[in-house]
Amino acid sequence: MNFRLRVWRQPNAKARGKLVDYEARDISPNTSFLEMLDILNDNLLGRGEEPIAFDSDCREGICGVCSLTINGEAHGPDHPGAVCELYMRKFRDGATIIVEPFRVRSFPIIKDLVIDRRALDRIVQAGGFISARAGSAPEANSIPIPKHDADLAMEAAACIGCGACAAACPNGSAMLFTAAKVSHLSLLPQGNPERVARVLKMVQVMDAEGFGNCTNTYECEAVCPAEISASFIAKLNREYARASLRRGAGE
Amino acid sequence: MSESLRNDGRVWVPKRKEDREKAPGEIPETDRDYYLERKYPSYGNLAPRDISSRAAKEVCDEGRGVGPGGRGVYLDFADAIKRLGKNVIRERYGNLFEVYEKITGEDAYKRPMRIYPAVHYTMGGLWVDYNLMSNVPGLFVIGEANFSDHGANRLGASALMQGLGDGYFILPYTLPNYLAGQMGKRPPDDSPEFHKAEAEVRARVKKMLDIDGKRSLDSIHRELGLLLWDKCGMSRHAKGLREALVKIPELRETFWREVRVPGNDEDFNQSLERAGRVADFLEFAELMCTDALARNESCGAHFREEHQTPEGEALRDDEKHAAVFAWEFQGDGQLASPKLHREPLHFETVHLTQRSYK
Repeated sequence: MNFRLRVWRQPNAKARGKLVDYEARDISPNTSFLEMLDILNDNLLGRGEEPIAFDSDCREGICGVCSLTINGEAHGPDHPGAVCELYMRKFRDGATIIVEPFRVRSFPIIKDLVIDRRALDRIVQAGGFISARAGSAPEANSIPIPKHDADLAMEAAACIGCGACAAACPNGSAMLFTAAKVSHLSLLPQGNPERVARVLKMVQVMDAEGFGNCTNTYECEAVCPAEISASFIAKLNREYARASLRRGAGE
Repeated sequence: MSESLRNDGRVWVPKRKEDREKAPGEIPETDRDYYLERKYPSYGNLAPRDISSRAAKEVCDEGRGVGPGGRGVYLDFADAIKRLGKNVIRERYGNLFEVYEKITGEDAYKRPMRIYPAVHYTMGGLWVDYNLMSNVPGLFVIGEANFSDHGANRLGASALMQGLGDGYFILPYTLPNYLAGQMGKRPPDDSPEFHKAEAEVRARVKKMLDIDGKRSLDSIHRELGLLLWDKCGMSRHAKGLREALVKIPELRETFWREVRVPGNDEDFNQSLERAGRVADFLEFAELMCTDALARNESCGAHFREEHQTPEGEALRDDEKHAAVFAWEFQGDGQLASPKLHREPLHFETVHLTQRSYK
C-alpha cells in the first residue's frame, strides 16, 4: 500500500511547527501505524534527514505512551485502541493521512509528535494512591467487596493514562482521566481512608494544570482506548459534592 | 498473545507439509497433529513454556509451520467454544481475541489463532543481597530486574509475584533501614568521583555522536537480534555460542566505528537514547552467551542441545551446576572476562528431580 503523510514537525517547544509531506511506499497492510512510522524514519535517516520524533513503548496497548492525533482523531480511526493497535489495513490505499500530536494546552509539545504529559502525573501525585500498611498480608476474607463494586473498580482501573480524553475534548478536559482514578480507589475499602481528601486535591490540581471542564460532549468516551465510561464523570461529580459537603460540615 | 490462552486452546499443525498453505478449516481432524497432546499426554497444551516453545520451533523447523513465513502454529478454540459456548470464551479472553483481530484482521472465534514463541525476558537480573540491595551501596533492585526468585524458567505470572513480593513484603523493611543510616547526609556532587563519572558519560555520548558512519542503529540492532536468536535462542550448543562470542565483539567494534547517530546532545534526541540502549545490548548479549556457554548443562529454558535425555528433554548436571552464576563487571574493554561468582543452591525440603510431563 502507498500513503501520503502530512506530519507535524516542530524542532522544540518554542519553535513554530508545520505539517510536512512525506510518502510511505510499499507498506504491507499488516504493518502497524507505528511500524509504518519506523519504516519512514529509516528512509529519512538513509537520506540524511532527521527522523520524526514520536513516543512509544510497549506497543501492545498497555503503557499509554503513544499519543497521536490521526486525521483529527485521538488514537486514529480504529476505536477502541491506542495508536500502537492501529494497523494500516484500516486505511484506503493511496490515502492522505494527517499526523499530529495530541493538542492540549496542558500537554506542551517537546518535539514533533512528542508531548509532555506530566500534568497527568501531578494529578495522580495529588491523591491517586492509597496508604497501606505493607510488610504483612491482611486476611483477604476479612474485607468483603461486592462483585459489582469490584468489577466497576476494575473497569475504572483499566485507564492507561494516555490523555486521549483531554485531546478529544473541545474543552481540553481531563475529567475522564481524573474520574477513572478517583472512582477506582473510592469504590474499594482500601481507598476509603483518603476518600474525601483525595477527590478534593485531585480536582484542585486538575484545574490548576489548566484542564477545562466537562460539558457532556462524550468525545472522551468515544476515543478512550480502555473504554472508560463517561458515567464515571458523574461519579466524580458525586464524590466531589460529597467531599465538599463533609468538609463544609467541618469534618 | 497471552499464555493464559493455552488453558482452553488446542495447539496443532498439519501432519503433512503439503497442507500448510491450506485454510485450517479445510484440514480434517485426521490430518492434524496436536503435537503437545501427542507428546505430553498428561499435560498436553499446558506443558511448561520452555517445552511448548521448543516443540513449536521443532514442528516449524520440519516445514509444517503455518501462515506467511511458516513460523506459526495454530491455537484452536473450536472445541472449547463447542464445550463452553462462545460467551464463556468471550468472558475469559474477549480482550485478547480483540487484540488478535486488530493485529491480524482475523476472527479467532471462527479461525484458529496463529502463534509462535518469542523472547520476552532474560532469565536473570542484577545480583542483590537478601535486602534486595545490589553490590552498589544504596542501589536497590526490585521485581524482575533482580535475579533472585524466578529461576531458570520464568513461570507464568512470575512478574506479578516478584513485583508484589519485593514491593510489599521486603522493601518496606529493608529500604527504610538503609535510609535510616543516611539521615542528614547528601551525596556530594563536587567530589572527584562525581566529576569523573560525569566526564565519562559526556565523553561516551560525544563519541557516539562523532562517529557519523554509514550503519543505521536499526541495522546493527537487528543484526544482533538475529545472531542471538540463532545462537542463544530456544536451544543452543557450545559451537554456536563460541561463534556468537566471536561475532558480538566484532559487531560492537562495527558499532563504535560505523554507526550514525543523528542530532545532538543538547536537544531532545530519541536516536541518541536508542544508541545508548543498543550499546548496552551489545555488552549484555556477550554476557548472556558467556553465561550460556559456562552453564554446561540444560536447565529450564536454557536448553543445550548436547545435554538432553534420550527423549529430548532438558538434562541437568546437578553435581556441577546447582548454583547461581553471578558475573561481576570488570570494566570496559574486558567484557569477555567478567568474574564468575558461584552461589550454590541448597534444597532442604523439596529435592531436585528430573521433571516429566508425559
